[in-house]
Amino acid sequence: MIPLSWLLFFAAALFCIGLYGVLARKNAIAILMGIELMLNAVNVNLVAFWRYRTPEIMAGQVFAVIVFAVAAAEVAVGLALFISVYRRRKTIAADEIDMMKW
Amino acid sequence: MTPLQIIFILVAAMTLGAGLMVVTARNLVHSALWLILALFGVAIVYVLLQAGFLAVVQVVIYIGAIAILMIFAIMLTRNIATESGPRFSENWSWALVIALVLFGTLAWMLSGWEGIAAQAPAISPRFDTVRELGLALVSPDGFVLAFEVASVLLLAALIGALVIAWDRR
Amino acid sequence: MFDPINAIAQWLAELLAGWGLSSGLVNLILTLLGVVVVASFVLIVDIFLVWVERKVVARFQDRLGPNRLGPFGLIQPLADIIKLLIKEDITPVGADKVVYNLAPILALATVLMLWAVIPFAPTMLGADLNVGVLYIVAVGAVGTLGIIMAGWASNNKYALLGAMRTVALTIAYEVPMVVSLLVPVILARSMSIHQIVNMQTIWYIVAAPLAAAIFLISAIAELGRAPFDLAEAESEIVAGFHIEYTGMKFGLFYAGELLHALTMGALFASLFMGGWRGPFVEQAPILGVLYLFLKAMFIYWVIMWVKYSLPRVRIDHMLNFNWKFLTPLALAVVMLTALADKALVEFGVSAGSLSYSLSMLAVNLLIGWITLSLLRSYARIERRRVAAPRPAASPEYSGVAKS
Repeated sequence: MIPLSWLLFFAAALFCIGLYGVLARKNAIAILMGIELMLNAVNVNLVAFWRYRTPEIMAGQVFAVIVFAVAAAEVAVGLALFISVYRRRKTIAADEIDMMKW
Repeated sequence: MTPLQIIFILVAAMTLGAGLMVVTARNLVHSALWLILALFGVAIVYVLLQAGFLAVVQVVIYIGAIAILMIFAIMLTRNIATESGPRFSENWSWALVIALVLFGTLAWMLSGWEGIAAQAPAISPRFDTVRELGLALVSPDGFVLAFEVASVLLLAALIGALVIAWDRR
Repeated sequence: MFDPINAIAQWLAELLAGWGLSSGLVNLILTLLGVVVVASFVLIVDIFLVWVERKVVARFQDRLGPNRLGPFGLIQPLADIIKLLIKEDITPVGADKVVYNLAPILALATVLMLWAVIPFAPTMLGADLNVGVLYIVAVGAVGTLGIIMAGWASNNKYALLGAMRTVALTIAYEVPMVVSLLVPVILARSMSIHQIVNMQTIWYIVAAPLAAAIFLISAIAELGRAPFDLAEAESEIVAGFHIEYTGMKFGLFYAGELLHALTMGALFASLFMGGWRGPFVEQAPILGVLYLFLKAMFIYWVIMWVKYSLPRVRIDHMLNFNWKFLTPLALAVVMLTALADKALVEFGVSAGSLSYSLSMLAVNLLIGWITLSLLRSYARIERRRVAAPRPAASPEYSGVAKS
């Protein structure tokens, strides 16, 4: 059996990689990819705790399913925003979108 | 080392490697393809955790919808002129420090927790996780409220995305 | 019980165990051998499909088809393979080599992966997943990825445009397909295809004809075959996303498409037409494979019939048809099926009995009749609107003067 520690360290590492992606990349879509990695790490954590602590109570999996739904909604709205911003400013780098009204 | 552990180590290494390539790839579409590999690795981890339904849902939603949506958005927002600009912001070293410090803190906190050495309790074979998940999502003393609110959220996101991305010209 | 496949597997297991290998290793070797056998069988059937396709299209077009190479032209696919293999393998300048080479592999691999969950016979099954139906949707979604990789890696505007249109179409038609796949799941109370076939004492096409029709239409759209074949419309977009692929890579795309069509046929047969069910299957399970392939070939023939009889549909008509007709219809079918199922179980009609299937058929016919009358009234309104008198030429209609 896989020790729980391995799963939690794996999830923590994935979360930190995603965090680096969010903080260090300029392109807005690359930032969104970092956010996706973080959400996946959180989901792995939820499912690992479900399996190792309370496999008879489905709350862990339900939480993971709701996170799926929220992630999908967030990506949809986020990408719509990026496309809209790109149409106005012809750029999508996070440090070039720095004025409220052009 | 049981075969399960070997498989997990390989899958975890593949996922973390793909994650690193996501945040450091020069070409954004390559980044998206590495993200797909990372998401697939997470789906395999779900299978190892005996959450098979979540694994398939992960592939359908993340790879089949979200990743393809991201690739579409990348292609629609490509500025050929500034394609080869610097891909990291100026403070990338601070980001690296923060990520490493966070990982160190999490690792130190987790190793101090005594429940971490627990083994997985066995699930009785008559326990149908898919059926129980379905019951939990729609039963009134389960999580039906969260389920309904999530569907309203998805409807709001659908309408919002349409309105925002509408080309009013 | 005349079951050669399992008998051979049993003999092989004993042989390997006799050589001193641990049981886990024996299982692993047998599983790998099973994978190789199924994949090879399916790919060989794929070669045969090339011949079937060309003969059938020829007959639909009132000609003979290949008849020179071998009896009835049966060697023709081999000649095609040899031709594709000896063609020059061109990679376009500026193409992304890894992604370019990976795309056709992914397209064919995802089709092969679908065969893991289709039960060939009562005792022959790749993997009895308890989420088999969702696995099919997942693998189909990954196949979509292969298309977009092909279109992007070709470094060609037309390929990219074709790929994006195809992917938009495929993702759009996944919605009614998933929703209509829920109907056999409701009827069988399980997502495992093995279980769905086991519960079909009466074929589900009787109890859910509308769901079967919606699944078939969405499957044809997913395959990218006519009348939804934007991707390969030579007159429109010069062969679409596989324009830059030559030789065996194009062969992989082509073979993958034909195999996908047969796979959809096998899925339709398993979910709605009873899969391997037929006379004498309990005594001779090997007959199950024959029955499954007969039914799958029948559906493949229906798909080809549709392809070679109907003209191509315009992209906005395709998407309108999906979002404004198929998806609401599929949702209505699922909701009313679930409602009827609950009501019938309350009244004591057991699932799987004839009266259950006939009641479900009645519900489906009711939905069909309501849909047809709605379409009729909509068509009547449209006809009146179009036939309304309007001036022959005026500045607004000819667009010259803007108010």
